Amino acid sequence: MQQFPCPFCGERDEREFHFLAEAGKERPNTTVSIDDETWARYLYKQRNEKGEVQEIWMHLTCREVFLLKRHSVTMAVSESVSLRQGC
Amino acid sequence: MHMSRTHAGVQVNTDACFNFEFDGKTLQGCEGDTIASALLANGVVVIGRGFKYHRPRGVWGSWTEEPNAIVQVTLNKRTLPNCLATTTLLETGMQVKSVNAFPSAAFDIKGGLNLLRRWLGAGFYYKTFMWPNWHLFEPMIRKMAGLGAVSEQCFDDYVSDQLHETCDVLVVGAGPAGLVAARTAAEAGESVWLVDDHHTLGATHFYHEFIEGVAARSWIATQLTAIIAAGATVYSSTTAFGIYDHQLVGLMQLQGFAQAPRLIRLRASRIILATGAIDRPLLFRNNDLPGIFSQSAALDYLSNYGVSVGKRVGLASVHNADQVHDVFAKHAIEVVALNPQDEALSAIGRKQIQSVNTSTARESVDALVVCGGLTPTIHLWSHQQGGLRWQKNIHAFVPNREQAPAGLFVVGAAAGIYTLEDALSDAVHVAIGRASTPNLAAVSIPMPSAKTQNRDSQWIDVQHDVTVKDVDVAVQENYASVEHVKRYTTLGMAVDQGKTSNMLGLAALADKQKVSIPEVGITTFRPPFVPVPLVTYGGQHTHLHSKPPKRLVLEPTHRALNAALCEYGGWLRPGWYGDGRMDEHVQQEVLMTREQAGILDASALGKIEVMGPDARNFLNFVYYNRLDNLQPGHIRYGFMLTEGGSVYDDGVVWCMDEHRFLVSCSSSHVAGVEQLLESWRQDGNNPNQIYVHNATSQWATITVTGPKALDIVNALPLPIELNMAEFKHMRFLEATYQNHTLRIARVSFSGEISFELSVPTTQALMLWNDLLRIGKPLQAGPLGLEAMSVMRAEKGYIIVGKDTDGETMPHDLGFTGPRANKTAAFVGDRSLHTKTAQSSSRRQWVGFTVPKDQPMIPVGAHLVNGGDKPKSIGVVTSSYFSPTLQQPIALGLLEAGALRLGEQVSVWHMGQQSRAKVVSPCFYDVSGARLHAG
Repeated sequence: MQQFPCPFCGERDEREFHFLAEAGKERPNTTVSIDDETWARYLYKQRNEKGEVQEIWMHLTCREVFLLKRHSVTMAVSESVSLRQGC
Repeated sequence: MHMSRTHAGVQVNTDACFNFEFDGKTLQGCEGDTIASALLANGVVVIGRGFKYHRPRGVWGSWTEEPNAIVQVTLNKRTLPNCLATTTLLETGMQVKSVNAFPSAAFDIKGGLNLLRRWLGAGFYYKTFMWPNWHLFEPMIRKMAGLGAVSEQCFDDYVSDQLHETCDVLVVGAGPAGLVAARTAAEAGESVWLVDDHHTLGATHFYHEFIEGVAARSWIATQLTAIIAAGATVYSSTTAFGIYDHQLVGLMQLQGFAQAPRLIRLRASRIILATGAIDRPLLFRNNDLPGIFSQSAALDYLSNYGVSVGKRVGLASVHNADQVHDVFAKHAIEVVALNPQDEALSAIGRKQIQSVNTSTARESVDALVVCGGLTPTIHLWSHQQGGLRWQKNIHAFVPNREQAPAGLFVVGAAAGIYTLEDALSDAVHVAIGRASTPNLAAVSIPMPSAKTQNRDSQWIDVQHDVTVKDVDVAVQENYASVEHVKRYTTLGMAVDQGKTSNMLGLAALADKQKVSIPEVGITTFRPPFVPVPLVTYGGQHTHLHSKPPKRLVLEPTHRALNAALCEYGGWLRPGWYGDGRMDEHVQQEVLMTREQAGILDASALGKIEVMGPDARNFLNFVYYNRLDNLQPGHIRYGFMLTEGGSVYDDGVVWCMDEHRFLVSCSSSHVAGVEQLLESWRQDGNNPNQIYVHNATSQWATITVTGPKALDIVNALPLPIELNMAEFKHMRFLEATYQNHTLRIARVSFSGEISFELSVPTTQALMLWNDLLRIGKPLQAGPLGLEAMSVMRAEKGYIIVGKDTDGETMPHDLGFTGPRANKTAAFVGDRSLHTKTAQSSSRRQWVGFTVPKDQPMIPVGAHLVNGGDKPKSIGVVTSSYFSPTLQQPIALGLLEAGALRLGEQVSVWHMGQQSRAKVVSPCFYDVSGARLHAG
């Protein structure tokens, strides 16, 4: 079982976390007309990279949503950043 | 062969002896014996039969590497199959039975299969039993194969404790290198755990008489004392069976025979593996005969259990042969030295070895001790994909320190360091975190290969009866990859997972393919290192504990009213009230509600408060329905969609004031909705302008529903009197009840006038009792969820997740407005306009009826188009007998259902077809006159 650092609570077991999305996905402006391809890219296309990845996770016990940088092969975690920073 | 104890042995207490049974015969063992050591002390040589050919099998090893000695054990009326005789401690009165042998290991009637083995080689079953059908032969073959018989007993107390621990340094293995590493780290101030799977710590070392100039036993005792004095945690009988992500180690701690092991999940910053090495067998003719032992096992039995494997012992060893010779000589055991490297040895004997043939002589022996080299125990290293390197001079794969997984280190023989001095100094360096490059070239160990003659009598995997010839056949049939050869021959796939056979298999494969062993590669080791009972992983998380239900604050009150408590969406709630037949109670509760009123505990309904300056726009985005124009005091029904456009939840939203809303979602979706709200709040919105608070457990909600609901609520001690003309459907107001806030919402799930009364949970009991007391003279009483479910179906209200699936979109349910008209962005909006979403053949929400005298339509039944090969065009999602209409009704999703109203449709269930009429999903009060009565 992996351990992830919640920016609010610190190191916790993987089972307390929930994967939300790959980082860097911008929701298209749906109030104007957008084609299927643009919407599908946002909704379904995953990079699923081998190596360093950036993902959005939620720590279910405190509800903190954060950016997690980790390695998808070695499982090494390099950093977690609260999305609230800079607000 | 006469085996008996030559001396006491350091691990057994020969003053404490007791009886046990093996295959019906009474034998004697001593305290500290394993089953195997006791059998050997009693001269029992044949302990079981081979898996496939039923050849006689004896003890080979002395610990977890043992491939043969699997027995079935009964003690205190508890029977366990497949106990490893070499690791199971003997206890008074144990009844031990051989497995895969009838009537006994010594006389097995299937022994004749051995004569057929020329035709039963690798792939025999796959090839032979293809025609007409494998399943025809499978039962017979399965009956012939397998080890032991599963007991039908169920041990209720077989429940594992589970502990979660952390430490700085975990050392696995209490041999010399492990002891030194643990002591060094502990004395440097680190929190250290030292674990070893043996019952006695430090008993695994029997090669050296002296360590660092001190008698080995007292050196070990000194180390252990120092380790404990330095504050380390030290456990025997504790197996590190797997290493998982981020240095999590699974430790299984044995608790005695037929007792569930304890599971410790240990998170260690550094893990030092001192797991030693395992003796390799040698390949020669009949190398599987009982009476052939690994060198380390023979030494183990001699020094720890005082059991000599024989009186005149053949010694065929490529490593440390001189030392072994000396040890045997000291115990007056006659040794016949053999040369396994250059000679084609051949073992002779029927049920046990009687002699060894070399090219020049026939040597009479009563046991043969062999060592074909050492295989470092690198399983745990490999669990974390640690790199391996082929070390030529010792013919072994050793851990490559340059490709070490995070936090993982390996010392001693497991690292391929076979000299004591080098191992100890290297362990000190590793323990304090210093780089160390040990000398692995000090020792050379050859690796004798399989002989060219008698390849079907040279056994590689004695547990699965795989010979050198089987590997030859696999190669001839073009199985090139080591992983394929393993699976085709089943080499290394038995319970022992190839602890002894793996390297022999690789060597035989390399030999046949005429390549080097590193070119062949190695199969993958995966956890667990030894079999772990499945209950160990589950621990206490069984039955109700596997998913604890959420409980209502009024649960004791419902129980006192004889409620049938059932699980609904994770909550334990009253299904109906009273003993006896469910359907009668449900019918009665429906009619009571339709005619008078029902009182329902609806506390499980979600109550998530969303507050802040951006709250309104936020909810307008998260909900399918418009919420930007919802007025204070008003309530609106709406859907939450996924971004894929499917309906995730339905519920009502209350507008408390301009910046404060209450999301009353389905009881089963509270956690999910809260998560969804939080993720959108923090990712995509300004979290400082919105606040989400889940207040579900702080409020109790009691619903009063039915024509008499107003009379009942107005009889409560409230400062206001409800007036239906003013207090319209989908409104709420706040009042006080017994000095506490009372929220009254006029919303309905039954189709009758309903009031949801919410109070702080502390006031729940008082409110419930007041309502029942007031309702009683009006013939109103408690209402369970089953009756409510029937009423909502009569009214055509959906239950999301029951009546919808992952493809159901709001317009399939008849809610088309926002899709067509909402201008603001909302979750899932674009997905409602894809080609699929616009299809005319989407499954739409409809109702079904059958004539009154016909049976109900089964839930889950398919709606099919006619024709010889019916194709599903929909599914029945809810079905009830309606007490109100006195006829069966059903709801479901049907392709283009909205256009088929009035048509007949075929219903297919379990091969039976019937007919039903497609109707509007609302069966009751279609005009809404009762609901909106004012």
